[in-house]
Amino acid sequence: MTQPVALTINGRPREDRVEPRLLLVHYLREVAGLTGTHIACDTSQCGACTVLIDGEAVKSCSVFAVQAAGKQVTTIEGLAAGGTLHPVQQAFWNEHGLQCGFCTPGFIMAAAYLLKQNPSPTDDEIDRGLEGNLCRCTGYENIKKAVRSASRAMNGGTAEPSANLVGAVAVPVED
Amino acid sequence: MAVTSMIGARIQRREDPKLITGHGNFIDDVSLVNMAHMSIVRSPHAHARIKSIDTAAARAARGVVAVLTAADFKGVILGPLPVTNAFVPDKKQVPEQFPIAAEEAVYAGEPVAVVVAEDRYLADDAAQLVVVDYEPLPAVMDLEKAMEPGSPLVKTDRPDNIGWDAAFPAGDIDAVFAEAEVVVKQRIGQQRLFPTPMETRGCVADYIPYDNRVTLWTSTQVPHFVRLFVGGALGVPESQFRVVSHDVGGGFGSKIRPYGEEYLTTAASKITERPVKWIEDRTESLQATTHGRGQIFDAEVAANRDGTLLGLKFTQLLDIGAYHGVFSAFQVVACLLGGGPYEWKAINARSIGIFTNRTSTDPYRGAGRPEATHLVERMIDLVARELGMDPAEVRRKNFIKSFPHTNNFGLVYDSGDYEKTLDRAMANIDYPALRKRQEQLRAQGRYTGIGFSTYVEICGLGPSSATAPAAGIALVESSMVRVHPTGSVTVSVGTHSHGQSHETTFAQIVADTLGVPYDSIEIHHGDTGDTPFGYGTYGSRSLAVGGMAIMASCHKVVEKARKLAAHAFEASEEDIVVDQGRYFVRGNPGEAKALAELAFASYGAGLPEGMEQGLEAVSYFDPPNFVWPFGCHICAVEVDPETGAVSIDRYVAVDDCGNVINPMVVDGQLHGGIAQGISQALFEEVQYDDETGIMLTGTMLDYLVPTMAEMPHFELDRTVTPSPTNELGVKGIGEAGTIASSIAVINAITDALAPFGIKHVEMPARPDRLWSMIKEARA
Repeated sequence: MTQPVALTINGRPREDRVEPRLLLVHYLREVAGLTGTHIACDTSQCGACTVLIDGEAVKSCSVFAVQAAGKQVTTIEGLAAGGTLHPVQQAFWNEHGLQCGFCTPGFIMAAAYLLKQNPSPTDDEIDRGLEGNLCRCTGYENIKKAVRSASRAMNGGTAEPSANLVGAVAVPVED
Repeated sequence: MAVTSMIGARIQRREDPKLITGHGNFIDDVSLVNMAHMSIVRSPHAHARIKSIDTAAARAARGVVAVLTAADFKGVILGPLPVTNAFVPDKKQVPEQFPIAAEEAVYAGEPVAVVVAEDRYLADDAAQLVVVDYEPLPAVMDLEKAMEPGSPLVKTDRPDNIGWDAAFPAGDIDAVFAEAEVVVKQRIGQQRLFPTPMETRGCVADYIPYDNRVTLWTSTQVPHFVRLFVGGALGVPESQFRVVSHDVGGGFGSKIRPYGEEYLTTAASKITERPVKWIEDRTESLQATTHGRGQIFDAEVAANRDGTLLGLKFTQLLDIGAYHGVFSAFQVVACLLGGGPYEWKAINARSIGIFTNRTSTDPYRGAGRPEATHLVERMIDLVARELGMDPAEVRRKNFIKSFPHTNNFGLVYDSGDYEKTLDRAMANIDYPALRKRQEQLRAQGRYTGIGFSTYVEICGLGPSSATAPAAGIALVESSMVRVHPTGSVTVSVGTHSHGQSHETTFAQIVADTLGVPYDSIEIHHGDTGDTPFGYGTYGSRSLAVGGMAIMASCHKVVEKARKLAAHAFEASEEDIVVDQGRYFVRGNPGEAKALAELAFASYGAGLPEGMEQGLEAVSYFDPPNFVWPFGCHICAVEVDPETGAVSIDRYVAVDDCGNVINPMVVDGQLHGGIAQGISQALFEEVQYDDETGIMLTGTMLDYLVPTMAEMPHFELDRTVTPSPTNELGVKGIGEAGTIASSIAVINAITDALAPFGIKHVEMPARPDRLWSMIKEARA
């Protein structure tokens, strides 16, 4: 019943035997142990399971694992290179682009792909580029901000976070 | 005084690094050795007798560990699901609900059997092989028909379909209506909604045979409640039952109750002697996780021609579903808040809870307050329309202006300045210019509208003096603050964070209160194994109640540290000055001890006479009152008369939640809250077939959760009126956005359609609905 699948995930080659019906998202989570890719709708509306296949954003619930044979798959765990956050990850942190964080990996992967295709998207292009992803916490306001901020950072500008401090350092309060 | 302060600072969240890199720990990420997987067979019928269940084929299927029905669970699950009975005023009936149907299934999605197998695919395969012989019975779907004598019954062993019928009279309503110059009437609907957290529910149960010991990982807002009730029904004491709720992917009220699946999974683990995992798929979630709203209001307002409001009477018909949700009757609070931020001579409200063959309703973001706000704000606009007055002026004229204010039902609004938020919002949107522009566009055949929502809400649930008589539970909150020997601090709380950013904001409070570095503070929540009993997170209570429990423990720690400092300096306690975590003798700040030094000393020898070692405190905080956030939202829309499509041109909000701990987090809560209210106004609606009771919106293909493209930019601003109810001066902000926003949108749409003579629009105001109304008006 099983068949072999060989692919590269986050730069590491791996080989497994899987059932042909196994979805890529289940393969990534259950077999490869990469649980950062999430499942939220089962009908490919929400984009929580978005990964990159050969550099292209794909909803991994709509692909069988065996269809990814020979491909390069990048998941949220593989996006930060050498411990440095991807500019989109940094921007989501700076701009409070997440609350519960469940949709976030999918949004970050989709946004990273959008900015790779279109480094300086207009607001309409951001809307269209990310309308395959659903978020229930943020009202999207800060996700849009994060994408604009990441775009500036990737184009050589500063990220200019509305955050005036980073991590755990206090900021003086004027009044 | 402090030159820097963590309270009030916009700092980035400490929750985020793991979440943005894929290292969160959500329920489906929990995996145990030898774990089996559970799939649930659910009734496809709204109402049916279960004649027989044939599990033979499923049992024989590949990888199946067990197939279990109600009969198998009978001796393991010893009690029904909880209902806060006392929440049900003038209760007519509180039927017991078991986690799995035995003889009669009463809503589509009710569990009838479970399959436990080696993996989820195999469990789902075998679930398809369970053959249930159903005899369909009439489905009770219409609220008003359900109330009629002789109506078919939601469940055949009940006397009728009435869950409660409660009257809330305040003042001589008949006299007020008799003297009124104007009366306006309107029926206003509140459609059923799916709360739709992005993470569905799920749990993993690990029952250790012989020890009678359980660990239950579950996606919940209320881990201590779950332990209390699931443990109780399974016969496992709290001391041997640990509930863990790590990262939770949103709740919005839908995860505030112990659910049947938590009982079934734990029982299945006990029966199979294996760890068992159950993860809800989205279609299950839409059928089996509680819904929100589902109400109809019939309202009448009496007023004078000068715009003075006199009396309000209304009836709330509430669709309970087939069984009471644990807290469903809380939504009766709409009756007590129906008067909004206005003065009334008399209010008379009645709430009737009606059973139907649908999924239970329970609180969904706002729970009773969005309904109250929608009701009163809609009626105010109808009064304004009737009198030819500006809707802002009717509001201004009738605002409550002095605080504390005791409303018609005896609830005490702790503080407020309603006019200030109205003025600020009108200035921010440039109201006069907007009205002028509206006039110009109307002349061009374009239909723009402006909608107000001036709201007050009740949150910070709640003072035991109010909640215990009403709900049978105290709703206080807890904390434990422990300073370790070298000065790092562990804070354990009974609340639960699932997007609310408590790990960040609670640490901000502790940093300031103890005067220790923010980085040295760790916040623990969600694990009953290392947190004191707490009532959990809902009702915008975590800061105003839970935050205050943390303050109380911090104060106890500081008082002990003061004693330790006095001992060390050989001074009297009264002479010890505490400044930002430094303890010194008055007049000698150069020679100070940090809290960490005192902590180290506290675990050693040579303590003051009679003092025990250690530096820690446990506190339970019982608030003296609720807290009362308020604000004004103004929405500007344009309706395309040819298509009925609505576009939101501006959305301006001025909210007042008292003092702010982290403005970034407050804004984020408002964004999400406003979005959910807008989405109710324009898009979302749970739909069932009226005849069969089959759910028509069973996937996210059919149920419209908005995308980025549908949401406007939110222009936020705030005023700060500190709450006098608590030392932090804080209120709540988790639900305010949702409470305010649906009616701002609907009032804007009705304003836009005024030229067509349209006075009222129901939700969701989807294009087809508006297009039909415009077409009819033009005919």
